[in-house]
Amino acid sequence: MEFFLQLLVNGISLGFLYALSALGFVMIFKSSSVLNFAHGELLAIGAFLFLALSTWAKLPIILAFAVTLIGSFSLGFIIERFFLRPLIGEELIEVIMLTVGLAAMFKGLLLFIFGGDIHSYPNFLPEGLSMQWGAIQIPSVYVATFIIGIIFLIIFGFFFKYSSQGIYMRSVADNQPAALSLGVHVRRVFALSWAIAALVCAMSGIVLGIINGVNVHNLSAIGLKVFPVVILGGLDSIGGAILGGVIIGLLETFTGGYISTSLREVVPYIVLVLILMVKPYGLFGLVEIERV
Amino acid sequence: MEDNIRLLINNISVVYADVIQVLKGVSLTIRKGQIVSLLGSNGAGKTTTLKAISGLLKPENGKVTEGSIEYDGEQVQNSSPEEITRKGIIQVLEGRQEFKYLTVEENLRVGTATRWGKPYQKDLELVYRYFPALLARKKSLAGYCSGGELQMLVIGRGLMAHPKLLLLDEPSLGLAPLLVKEIFQIIRKINEEQGTTLMVVEQNANMALQIAHYGYVMENGKIVMESTAQELRENPDVKEFYLGTAASGALKSYRDVKAYKRRKRWL
Ligand SMILES: Nc1ncnc2c1ncn2[C@@H]1O[C@H](COP(=O)(O)OP(=O)(O)O)[C@@H](O)[C@H]1O
Ligand SMILES: [Mg+2]
Repeated sequence: MEFFLQLLVNGISLGFLYALSALGFVMIFKSSSVLNFAHGELLAIGAFLFLALSTWAKLPIILAFAVTLIGSFSLGFIIERFFLRPLIGEELIEVIMLTVGLAAMFKGLLLFIFGGDIHSYPNFLPEGLSMQWGAIQIPSVYVATFIIGIIFLIIFGFFFKYSSQGIYMRSVADNQPAALSLGVHVRRVFALSWAIAALVCAMSGIVLGIINGVNVHNLSAIGLKVFPVVILGGLDSIGGAILGGVIIGLLETFTGGYISTSLREVVPYIVLVLILMVKPYGLFGLVEIERV
Repeated sequence: MEDNIRLLINNISVVYADVIQVLKGVSLTIRKGQIVSLLGSNGAGKTTTLKAISGLLKPENGKVTEGSIEYDGEQVQNSSPEEITRKGIIQVLEGRQEFKYLTVEENLRVGTATRWGKPYQKDLELVYRYFPALLARKKSLAGYCSGGELQMLVIGRGLMAHPKLLLLDEPSLGLAPLLVKEIFQIIRKINEEQGTTLMVVEQNANMALQIAHYGYVMENGKIVMESTAQELRENPDVKEFYLGTAASGALKSYRDVKAYKRRKRWL
């Protein structure tokens, strides 16, 4: 029983992490219909930026964290402005190839600068954060992940539900010509979704770095996990991305815990294929509102 | 130039995709505070004219290749929709075009995009005052609203932008006559109370000419007739082809046949 609860908590925390990064992916897709294949590299860039700032530049942790988030946000803006924007209106496949190219470029740069080894952050999470209930021990990373995940998901929920900028972003995803007719700055919305995506990726990258160590190959591979998550949740559903993340997180930890650690990485994909066979739009994909 | 002119379209030609010419030398004038109606059958070029004004030709690969559009004395042809909306011209698109997955109130709030960060509570109240039906539905998804509610929603959404010139593209399309009447009365009220200058594109000439001050008739990308709304209402051709009320039944048989042919071409 303790083991089960422990796996449950780990799985949910991990799931929030996946959900958070999937949110970035879904946002870009919803606003501009671009599939971002450089998702994992954005995770890696965030994780390494934080590494460089905290261990090389020796900034205080909080400052390093803040600068990483600001830096990633700006990087997202720059990517959209200089790489994606010239391709607005081009064929989907060209845009996808561009993001694949960006992925290769970022990965190459990171390997060049940091090499292929596993780096690690200084241990900065306070020990007091870890929790103990009877025999269940939840390490402080998971508690931190859980808290960060919840906080960010709530902030995003409020941003998209209530803020004007969030509503403009949703309007572009919903009906781009109508948004344009009301003066919504559509290109700015694209840029903002890339910026926010890069920011949440950095966030998840850092936490994954704490859990697994900071390694270019690992992080960019974890980026691929966004596909089972968003396909499970429906490519265009933010709520779905969150649920999808939690489901994949739980599947992984339970497979790892009860069946075998080597199956851990495979099971999400098996589930993915099974689900797609039954529900091609994902579990929570938007059902088109039809008027009769 | 007279300073009571809001919009002056001077002999414009519009071409899509560099080859398809749709407007061929269109000129029209909209005075401040007026409702101007642009009539014409399907495919005449009415929507294209509105898009030339609002800048929405650009995303459709269309272009004003000749002539000029002056708004409050400033040339605006081929500007981007972001610029034009910020100058106060808002086009309410044909066929409603609501944001399906946003609530009614969220739809209205998108109308504040040109003045982000400014207060909008008063404007919401104003829209709800003109369209009480929207107040009752403010929390439901627009995707589940009726056609009439949606037409009110998109007009209200346009009002949220504080337009100086509001362009309405076929607001009566697909709505029951009673509902059309109600909506046109509200449009007139908005014009009278807010002083908003309006251009109303319609195939339904009857309603449009009842509220308009001035009207233009368009055919094949050209203006073929213009006059005060009252004169247009009384014009026999307009009566026959747009109002569907031929003056006297069996009077002019030859013209009838000709009219029938023309009508068929238009429909
Ligand atoms: N984006 C476009 N590309 C090419 N041709 C177009 C485009 N939009 C409209 N047209 C053509 O222009 C003509 C006028 O269309 P439109 O302005 O929509 O007429 P109306 O609104 O009066 O029905 C039609 O023949 C239509 O096929
Ligand atoms: Mg039209």
